[in-house]
Order: sequence, then C-alpha cells, then structure tokens
Amino acid sequence: MVELNAQFAALADPTRRALLARLALGEATVSELTEPFDMTQPAISQHLKVLEDAGLITNRVDGTRRPRRLARAGIEAVDHWLAMLRTAMEKNYQRLDEVLAGEKRKGTMR
Amino acid sequence: MSRMTLQTEGDTHVVVTRHFAASPEAVYRAHTDPELIQRWLLGPEGWSMPVCVSEATPGGKIRYEWTNGKGRGFHLTGEYVELTPYSRIVHVERMHLPDPTPDNLVETKFQPDGDGTLMTLRMTLPDEPTRAAMLATGMEQGMEASYTRLEAIF
Repeated sequence: MVELNAQFAALADPTRRALLARLALGEATVSELTEPFDMTQPAISQHLKVLEDAGLITNRVDGTRRPRRLARAGIEAVDHWLAMLRTAMEKNYQRLDEVLAGEKRKGTMR
Repeated sequence: MSRMTLQTEGDTHVVVTRHFAASPEAVYRAHTDPELIQRWLLGPEGWSMPVCVSEATPGGKIRYEWTNGKGRGFHLTGEYVELTPYSRIVHVERMHLPDPTPDNLVETKFQPDGDGTLMTLRMTLPDEPTRAAMLATGMEQGMEASYTRLEAIF
C-alpha cells in the first residue's frame, strides 16, 4: 500500500502528470522533458525523482544521456487514470438515464 | 451506444456533451439535488457515495465522498459559482487524492433538445500541461495503444 500511496502522491501533481503523459508518447531526456515547461531543469529532475521513487518511471544509460521512460506501473497509472475519467463519465450518464426514467415514472418531475 | 462526446477546445478546455430523455428541469435537478446525485455520480462499478453535500446556491459547498466498500476512497470538494435554474450551473471542483488536483472550473448547460435535454459540460483547466496530462494518451485511443506500448517495453 505504501507504493500505491506514493503513486497517488506522485500523480497528484499536475507537472508530474504532464511528464507522465509526455513519456507515454515515448522515452525522453531531462532536457527534452524540460522544454515545454516554464521550469528549470533541476526542478524537473526533482519531479522525475519522485516519479522514479514511486516506481512510475525508469531510466537507462545511453552514453552521456539518461533517457527516462514509463515503467509498467507508470503505463498502468496513466491508462487507469485517463481511461477512468471517460469510462466513469459514460457509466455515470447511463445511470443518470435510469434515475431520470425512474423519476419520470414516479411523476415527481415534469 | 455512447451518445457522449468529449472534445478539447482551445488550450485549456474540455467539452463533453450528452443528450438525456428528460426535461432540462429534471436533468438540472439531478445535478444539484444531493439525493439524486448520490444515485448516479458514482464512477466505476462497485463504488458508492456515502457523503454528498450540494448547497445549490452561489458560494454553496460541494463535497462528494466515494468509497469502493473495501477500504479505498477519495473525495471531491468544490463551490457553486452561479446557478440559473434550470439552464446553467457554474462550479469549481478539485479531487483530493489525497493532495488536491488543480481547480477545474466547470460550466454545465441544459438546453431543450427535441423531447429531451442537451447537456453541455465545459471544463476549464488552469493550463495546457494540466489538460494535456488529462487527455494526452488514453482517453481517445483507449487501452489498445497502451498494450502496444507495454509490448514495446517488455
């Protein structure tokens, strides 16, 4: 459960979610990851460390580069979180259809 | 049979539309009456909302607490900004996971549409990266793309 909490905490930050979303498109170096943000490279590195400690991303050594990529848990977290939103909304509205139909039958609503 | 549409607009908006076979008044009530909200705003199968606060007046509080009945749970807080019965609701919301997510400003409109209602829900996120993080990969492409990525990595 500790890891799950660490993952939730890691995912609670919008910058880190955006970093994960970027890494979902493919591996990238710190400088590539820093580019779209109005933040310094050390600040981005700090966020990457949180993601790494939560087991959401990994890095590999490629000469002088250390590209980051999503770990399995990171892929699952991103997918879970994104798919959850759409699926949850669709399910909600199907339930709302039933609630509205029920209220209509009861005649409590016009 | 999905009649829901979900699209981005500009840099920071997400727009969702859905038709309902009920009057705008009924759909509006289902979005503001806590007893009705508790019956549908539940997310994935198996979750329930034991706590639902919805003070449908400008400045009124919103608090939804969800649980899966197996020890997992989270909550959402927010405030109503503007309400025009039975056509428009503006509110702010944030999830607590447990750290709060950035504020999401949501405008929900209910318009007569044939015998029913067209609901248009427009979210405004604080910035492009936040919205990008919400939408970047999974939502439209679904799980297929993620399994492809998984295979590429392992």
